[in-house]
Amino acid sequence: MTRALFEKQLNEIQEGMLVMASMVQTAVTQSIDALKTRDVVLAQRIIDNDVQINQKRYEAEEKCIELISLQAPLASDLRTIISVLHITVDLERMGDHAEGIAKIALMLSDEPPLKPYIDIPRMAELAGRMLDGALDAYRTRDTEKARQIIDMDDEVDALYEQVYRELLTFMIDDPKTIQRATYLIWVAHNLERIADRVTNICESVVYLVEGRIHDLNISKY
Amino acid sequence: MRQLITRLKESELRETEERLRASAGGDALAGDLPAVDTGAIRSPDGDALFSLRDVGVWYGAKHAVSGITMEIPVRKVTALIGPSGCGKSTLLRCLNRMNDLIPGAKVEGEIKYHGANIYAKKVDPVEVRRRIGMVFQKPNPFPKSIKDNVTFGAKVNGIKGSPDSICERALRQAALWEEVKNDLNKSGLALSGGQQQRLCIARALAVQPDVILMDEPCSALDPIATLKIEDLIRELTREYTIIIVTHNMQQAARVSDYTAFLLAQEHGVNGQLVEYGPTNEIFTNPRDKRTEDYITGRFG
Repeated sequence: MTRALFEKQLNEIQEGMLVMASMVQTAVTQSIDALKTRDVVLAQRIIDNDVQINQKRYEAEEKCIELISLQAPLASDLRTIISVLHITVDLERMGDHAEGIAKIALMLSDEPPLKPYIDIPRMAELAGRMLDGALDAYRTRDTEKARQIIDMDDEVDALYEQVYRELLTFMIDDPKTIQRATYLIWVAHNLERIADRVTNICESVVYLVEGRIHDLNISKY
Repeated sequence: MRQLITRLKESELRETEERLRASAGGDALAGDLPAVDTGAIRSPDGDALFSLRDVGVWYGAKHAVSGITMEIPVRKVTALIGPSGCGKSTLLRCLNRMNDLIPGAKVEGEIKYHGANIYAKKVDPVEVRRRIGMVFQKPNPFPKSIKDNVTFGAKVNGIKGSPDSICERALRQAALWEEVKNDLNKSGLALSGGQQQRLCIARALAVQPDVILMDEPCSALDPIATLKIEDLIRELTREYTIIIVTHNMQQAARVSDYTAFLLAQEHGVNGQLVEYGPTNEIFTNPRDKRTEDYITGRFG
């Protein structure tokens, strides 16, 4: 008895999730590009494409619920489905954060630049690497790697704090910068939340492999 | 229980232990082969009602079950699962000496119930079976009235109380009273399959046991009757210890607190305990790959 059809369906939901992850990764990277280059077309495309990311989540959820109700999965099969359910929710929210950054890119496109972007792209680059690493840990069922990725969140938090302090200084020095600085703090906050969501994915990897659900990330924010 | 224990003299217990050691090959051999603890067999929390040590069963020359060491907790549901021929029903029948009735069957090892060896020479198997009742796969009411079905065993065993009160109490405990209270003189065979099975449970309860062994009690029942029995099983754990053999893994997951997974080398040969632990752990995160393969349907 091998359950070939069930195995195929399990693989399909995982592949669907990885496709969704790649869409989210692209959205995050492009949202920062749109912000840096004031590319309103790109920003609008990210906003429009978020519907597709949301759709991927609903498709994954429907398939997972169907497998649970029809196949009565147990043990690692059950953990796989539960982890896909959790991860797709995290990915969908990350897509929303990318959409949020794209909306700010649109709003800032008419404003003069406040300062050259340095730490915000670094945050985005770090969050992107974390997502790549988390997905790699998922594919290889590598809990050690998942835990290492979680540790990287501290760097993102530190950058967020730096960006926040710097923008606060701008606002104190010149109240005319308050609106633009506030927008940029929102961008940084979105990136900080994206990194937090990556740590959730890593926790799902640990659950998938070890069968234990616990909070491995003590985030400052 | 005190009665049962007093029947066991210390010398007999010692004699049994010596016989067991001899049959297991002696201490020297045990010393040569240290037990490997993979963490897959865990002792339940709380008090153990049964303590099994190196239990095996022979049917003639065939070693059906071997080396079972486990503790079964009091007032919990323990499920025995495994593929056909793995020895789960054989193991269940060891617990109330039902295997004594099978010609050529021989039980080795030690089964302690409330700390007393139920296979010691002077233990009366009839008394063992009164305290450790059994419900079988197919409902098997006597061709008598509902009331007689319930009170027959109680009468034979000299259980105190009026037949009416014994009958009502047992039928209430078996969640059947409301359905049959106006038809107590009807034949037990006139009931539906699910009702007949609850009647058999009531019959087992009427002799005031403290354990109920259930050998696939729902396999002949429809889904609604099955759910009623499952609800009843959960209800009965307030007062009784239940050990259930089931082929239905979802049922084991639904009703039991602890699950034991058994596996045989081949059908009916050398069934062994592979994993034993809290049901939620066995079904979400089993420690042994063979358990994982079996419960996820990738066995064999």
